Amino acid sequence: MLEKMIFGRYIPGDSFIHKLDPRSKLLFVLFFVVAVFLANNVATYGLLLAFTLFVIFISRIRLYFLLNGLKPILILIIFTFLMHIIFTKEGTLLVDLKIIKIYEEGLRQGIFISIRFLVLVLMTSILTLTTSPISITDGMEDLLNPFKRFKLPVHELALMMSISLRFIPTLMDETDKILKAQLARGSDISTGSIKQRIRAVIPLLVPLFVSAFKRAEELAIAMEVRGYRGGEGRTRYRQLTWGSRDTISMVLLVMLIGALYLLKG
Amino acid sequence: MDISLQNVGYFYSKDTPFEKRALQGVDATIHSGSYTAIIGHTGSGKSTLLMHLNGLLKPSEGVVRIGDTTISAGTKTKGLKDVRRHVGIVFQFPEHQLFEETVVKDIMFGPMNFGVSEEEAKRRAYELITLLGLPEDVAEKSPFDLSGGQMRRVAIAGVLAFKPSVLILDEPTAGLDPRGRKEIMELFNHLHKKEDLTTILVTHSMEDAARYADNLIIMSNGTSVMTGTPEEVFADEEKLASYRLGLPRSVQFQRDFEKKIGRKLSDIALTEEQLAEFIAKAALEEGADSC
Repeated sequence: MLEKMIFGRYIPGDSFIHKLDPRSKLLFVLFFVVAVFLANNVATYGLLLAFTLFVIFISRIRLYFLLNGLKPILILIIFTFLMHIIFTKEGTLLVDLKIIKIYEEGLRQGIFISIRFLVLVLMTSILTLTTSPISITDGMEDLLNPFKRFKLPVHELALMMSISLRFIPTLMDETDKILKAQLARGSDISTGSIKQRIRAVIPLLVPLFVSAFKRAEELAIAMEVRGYRGGEGRTRYRQLTWGSRDTISMVLLVMLIGALYLLKG
Repeated sequence: MDISLQNVGYFYSKDTPFEKRALQGVDATIHSGSYTAIIGHTGSGKSTLLMHLNGLLKPSEGVVRIGDTTISAGTKTKGLKDVRRHVGIVFQFPEHQLFEETVVKDIMFGPMNFGVSEEEAKRRAYELITLLGLPEDVAEKSPFDLSGGQMRRVAIAGVLAFKPSVLILDEPTAGLDPRGRKEIMELFNHLHKKEDLTTILVTHSMEDAARYADNLIIMSNGTSVMTGTPEEVFADEEKLASYRLGLPRSVQFQRDFEKKIGRKLSDIALTEEQLAEFIAKAALEEGADSC
């Protein structure tokens, strides 16, 4: 059940996107996310969607797998789409079903917001699917480095992030194991009233918390035993290198933003 | 309750880039009342297999029959709760599933899920605390205040409490000290006989398999490669070795002994006691010959 989730997963590969420097990928996604909000008409949303599909294509991740993994979010997108269709009452009336009246503006808004949502989710998923958690944090640390001057504990933040990313799959596995054990004892999470279902989550959460705390303590001890003491003077095994690929992707980004700016209404 | 598997195959993360085959063409029959041991190297698919035996996993291919219930890829999850009432699983490190405020409440969790009344569940919980050799004052303690070995026993009680007719044990003694190990294995054996259970033991220990089981299933690379009685399976040392499995210590000793004295003993010694007996007999015969 949980094995279909793709949040925080990394699929190793050697596509153009995989080979990009994590810094350029992070910058790209950051500016892309902002640029998405420039879009406001058919041309700009079309461009965004086409561009995202292009990125998915060169990342060589199967679209079916991507959409299947994002099912929970797709449901949310469909929900927002329906909300827009039902509650926006502007423009010409398109369909009249007595109870539900669909207006042109509602449909337009619904489609636009859905595309915006979808594009954002797809792009950030591509980032995490093609970049190992370690590179993401390395890239993040590097990008945040200038802020060290303002006493921002950059290394500690990056460490916290990499630890939490590192433990996502572990916790998922553990959840699955405990879930199976409780199911075997007759616990029932998928049926019953809402109240019953919420109560059925307790046997899952308590053991999960217990083991998470135990794990945290063990990790802290293991780090201390090996003499870990923060980022001061720490060298890195993996060096980040900015290549021509990264420059190309930045140029593409600038072009995309330029095009969005020109095409927007 | 008879359990049978026909050509069972299973994929983890089906239809994703992480797709991984865990089982392939597993055929096995587990008769009601038998004590079956499933043995195999790490990663041979033992744990995946046992999750098929109470409907926690549905086979991607083939059919699993548990009593009157047939489970295949398309089976709805809804009807499976009834199967789980009859098939209890003690998972590896079962102490990780404890969650209640008190030991008694945790043991009562299973039976109450399966519709046993509160008084009856409580009665069973106290009974099991004694049966598993836990001190009586643990009943009202938090399970998290107990020692590792005690937590294990509480977790096992939590499964026994709903009186499954098939009991599946996934390395129930991993990480216990030798004495606790023996006590728990003896307890399961006792229950197996007394309650007429169908017991399925997943283990790495050839000694446990030889001592307790009357039927063995050897797993390798996600498929069942040998089945039969311990005598049959342990007779074929070379085949076992090809699956990176050794003989139980007593059988190994017997083989070495046979090599030394230059003749075969008539039976296979599955336990140390049998071994001692056979050797004594051989020594007596030897003595008689030399006189």
